[in-house]
Amino acid sequence: MTVLRTGGLSLRFRPRALGVGAGAAVLAAGFGLVALGSGDYPMGPADVLRTLTGGGTLAEHFIVYELRLPRLVTALLVGAALALAGTVFQSLVRNPLGSPDILGFTQGASTGALVVVVLGGSSLALAGAAVVGGLGTGLVIYALAWRRGVHGYRLILVGIGVSAILTGVNGYLLTRAPLLDAARAVLWLTGSLDGRGWANAGPLLAVLVVLAPLVLVGCAPALRMMELGDDAASALGVPVRRLRLVLLAAAVLLVSFAAAAAGPVSFVALVAPHVARRLTRAPGPNLLPSMAVGAALLVGADLLAQRAFAGHQLPVGVVTGVIGGGYLVWLLALERRAGRL
Amino acid sequence: MHPRDSRLGGTALTLAYDQRTIARDLTVAVPANSFTVIIGPNACGKSTLLRALSRMLRPSAGAVLLDGRDIHDLPARKVARTLGLLPQTSIAPDGISVAELVARGRYPHQGLLRQWSREDERVVAESMAATGVDDLADRPVDELSGGQRQRVWIAMALAQQTPLLLLDEPTTYLDIAHQIEILDLCARLHEEQGRTLVAVLHDLNHAARYATHLIAMRDGRVVAAGEPASVVTADLVAEVFGLPCRVIDDPETGTPLVVPAARRRVRESA
Repeated sequence: MTVLRTGGLSLRFRPRALGVGAGAAVLAAGFGLVALGSGDYPMGPADVLRTLTGGGTLAEHFIVYELRLPRLVTALLVGAALALAGTVFQSLVRNPLGSPDILGFTQGASTGALVVVVLGGSSLALAGAAVVGGLGTGLVIYALAWRRGVHGYRLILVGIGVSAILTGVNGYLLTRAPLLDAARAVLWLTGSLDGRGWANAGPLLAVLVVLAPLVLVGCAPALRMMELGDDAASALGVPVRRLRLVLLAAAVLLVSFAAAAAGPVSFVALVAPHVARRLTRAPGPNLLPSMAVGAALLVGADLLAQRAFAGHQLPVGVVTGVIGGGYLVWLLALERRAGRL
Repeated sequence: MHPRDSRLGGTALTLAYDQRTIARDLTVAVPANSFTVIIGPNACGKSTLLRALSRMLRPSAGAVLLDGRDIHDLPARKVARTLGLLPQTSIAPDGISVAELVARGRYPHQGLLRQWSREDERVVAESMAATGVDDLADRPVDELSGGQRQRVWIAMALAQQTPLLLLDEPTTYLDIAHQIEILDLCARLHEEQGRTLVAVLHDLNHAARYATHLIAMRDGRVVAAGEPASVVTADLVAEVFGLPCRVIDDPETGTPLVVPAARRRVRESA
């Protein structure tokens, strides 16, 4: 812990946590630079930087600003939003598995999107329906888990139940969709950044600009107290119920808008907070480092998805699923060896 | 004494969880500068009363008064600077150190631009010294013994710097030596720092020895309240706990000592 004091003001921070956040941000920028430069029209990092700072040819300008940058920005935002939401969920339910994938919010967003696929509609309608589906599921789970406040285990169990139902519904919707639409839907369900433009990044950026300060500045200290248990937090003057409601709403909004932008990209929300905690070695929700790790993870995964197999582009969700799933199994094996599970 | 005149009290409280009513028309008062101990059989409502007194449970009728004002009219942070609580169960985050955990007790005194003042630093050091955990400052809390851990949690509550401190069964799960250690610590906080303490205890003899004011409860009612010497009688123990017993003088302190009646005498007294 380092403390800065002047007059009556004092700020406290962990240099290591800041370092991890900065390191992950640099890594994300590095991946981004490579991603902007690679493709059917390869560009060196110097060319990319020149184009980004206003130089470059007209063609380079078009390729960077219209084709590659929107995809990169969407990846950064989706990664950061999912990681922030995942960290908040894990901290609120005091369970390392409390991620939106497992709690059913992601499946809810998918159901919304699939309804549009079956009924037919624009990609804007699909994004909107994903948001509505995610938020609706959030409300249902909250109502079902409510009992003198929402408690961690109830939320997880209700979430798993709702998620199972929605997985069934999603399967049914897929069988009802015309074959071509169904193929498109499966791609969306995997989570993909293919062909993402500024229209995809915009709404998510707006949500992040509002919610990230609210969570990082407004709620983080109280969230840290919540880790001590509801009673202890309440004794310290934390309005436990109101805080939990605000944070759940914020996290569901983040997940829903992230799903609207890129589909339900799996495991980023689960894995990013764990990676951040291991790197910072700090107890408590590491919100800012997690966001940076999430952004780097998704940009890195997308780079891999685009370039790992020449001529074959994978949806980014395949890569995050394989990496994230592998990490989860490794984590569980580690916990078992440590005798904690 | 009327609850209005005490530091903390409840008037005509009805306490309920959902539909289940725990206590009806309950009136209690915590005298200023007392070490008040609440006793009673399991499920008599003593922990529920403590939750109500600490603002965690809103009474369905009646009011909890903190220094004469309804506790639910006061902002949560303001209450947290006047009244601290050691809950029955708290969770130490993975890997947190003793000093970090104790520091969290400063939360109600901190703000966005006042995250860690010299005052915070001083109070945390003092709280750790007062509970004898200053040697453990850098140790992870998960590695400590039960007694050490309880002292750390008390240190955190002390760092909150509240004139009133509520403790919900602070000695449960501890062996006899650590129970006495925690109670001695409470007595010191009461005598030397002038804090008003309210504790729920299971052991009648501990209650009689350490309390300056006893509240005996049964079935959500207060059966008796007052000095231990006048409250702890064989009749009261029979009424409250349904336990036949003799009450003798504690040879160490002269306070009442409850000796449960034996099923049969093993050894006739000479």
